Amino acid sequence: MTKKRARLLQGNEAVVEGAIAAGLTFFAGYPITPSTEIAELCAAKLPAIGGKFIQMEDEIASMAAVCGASLAGMKAMTATSGPGFSLKQENLGFAVKGELPCVVVNVQRVGPSTGMPTSASQGDVMQARWGSHGDHEMVALSPSSVQEAFTLAVESFNIAEEYRTPVILLMDEMIGHLREKVVLPEKEELVIRNREKPNMTPEQYKPFAMDHGEIAGVPPLAAYGDGFKFHVTGLTHGEDGFPTNNPAIAEKQLKRLNEKISSNKKALTRVEKFYMDDAEVVVFAYGGTARSARKAVKDARAQGIKAGMLRAITIWPFAEDALLEVKRNSPKAVIVPEMNLGQLVLPVKRVIGDSAPVIPINKIAGQLVEPEEILLAIKEAM
Amino acid sequence: MRLELRLAGEGGQGLITAAIILAEACAEYTQLNAAQTQSYGPESRGGASRADVIISTDEIDYPEVKAPDVLVVMAQEASDKYVQGVRPGGTVIVDTTYVKPIPKSEAERLKVVEYPISAKARDLGREIVANIVALGLVVEITGIVPKDAVVAAVLDRVPKGTEELNKKAFFVGVDAVKEL
Repeated sequence: MTKKRARLLQGNEAVVEGAIAAGLTFFAGYPITPSTEIAELCAAKLPAIGGKFIQMEDEIASMAAVCGASLAGMKAMTATSGPGFSLKQENLGFAVKGELPCVVVNVQRVGPSTGMPTSASQGDVMQARWGSHGDHEMVALSPSSVQEAFTLAVESFNIAEEYRTPVILLMDEMIGHLREKVVLPEKEELVIRNREKPNMTPEQYKPFAMDHGEIAGVPPLAAYGDGFKFHVTGLTHGEDGFPTNNPAIAEKQLKRLNEKISSNKKALTRVEKFYMDDAEVVVFAYGGTARSARKAVKDARAQGIKAGMLRAITIWPFAEDALLEVKRNSPKAVIVPEMNLGQLVLPVKRVIGDSAPVIPINKIAGQLVEPEEILLAIKEAM
Repeated sequence: MRLELRLAGEGGQGLITAAIILAEACAEYTQLNAAQTQSYGPESRGGASRADVIISTDEIDYPEVKAPDVLVVMAQEASDKYVQGVRPGGTVIVDTTYVKPIPKSEAERLKVVEYPISAKARDLGREIVANIVALGLVVEITGIVPKDAVVAAVLDRVPKGTEELNKKAFFVGVDAVKEL
């Protein structure tokens, strides 16, 4: 019997397929459930394509290795879950400050601490935003299918490269371990972006220039080994990369660092609108939970109830504009199902205000939010 | 059409592998959609293990099994835990090598298929193919996916040198249904 083009893939496997399609050549990590398959598959696949897989001594070192590989011009990734994500925060901040493109996959499991390793959670949504210290922007994407785990892995690298920033691929165990039918796109169907390289002499090159680059505020990045000698530090630095305590320079650089993301929110923040045109009750969902929301909305529509789903594909920057549109349509309620204690409820309320009740549905012990629970909340809101 | 299946037993019995093979047969060799999930403890041998498959002609929104149409139980603990969750009128396939008869109260609302799955696998030479015998039973009882698709998916996944053994194991399961 002949195989068709479709394949059965696990979410974690799709991440690796997507990352390699995007140009991944370096993975450093410390395996942890429920992300382990990502490390396993990288170990199997990267050497065969001339890439490197390194199992480091811990998560701190693996994030450091990823920063180094990025600086050497490679597309680099690591994968982890909550406990490891906590350890990566310091060097994740270094990647933000050094403006090092890289991808950090966090397949969320129940926390705090070692929690419930094999159970699904969305408990790291706020950690993704603010886990590292100091004022910074963060880009985090959250797939809700195996197919999307592939496309968002590609997108994570594209954003990282385009904006010289780390990107978090914020998965949950439900999607990470789910196997389903996917059709992987052919190479020529994909858009792959690469970091801008300097087009000046090494002597003229400033790695943190204020006004160079195709995208405002994103200076080109030379690779170590290309003949450009430059300094990278976590200390606040000037255009040449050397530390400074000069408040005028520090303020300019920190603003550029934040604004290169915040001023491009429109391009970065993607949502899916499902039956939203005439929706009277809106379900705001993301990741695995959006699967339940989709079923609930379909069931509600089958019963003549005008429900819709606004799905955040990009978690950070937050989907403010799409929610403002929801607010203008004055829905009867906005329902927010999450596998946490309501981490995105306040951000939703901040936009929706008093215009509609915001109703959380929360699961915190590894159970999924079931479609029936969301359907019930939709009916109660009508 | 949407069919929910659950394979339950102990870690090491290969039930997750069997579930993956069934889902692969549907997704890679037919037009059917399939979603496969699992639940297991931190151990790689022993401990409760459960693998679920949803097969559907439509898009699968919610990918978790709620009330299985078909349940295979290959350990007593799994039987005690999961039989009650089967949809009324659903089918329970019991590996009598390890599982006592289903309580009467439950058996009355279900179709019960009893077969010494693991013992028959042992007769073939290696008990490790019990999962493939179970797969044969499931495929023949449900008729959900062509048998040649499943055989192809089995051969894609099993270790080299075990192809014939696994094929034989599959048809032991298939033939068992015909004899029931």
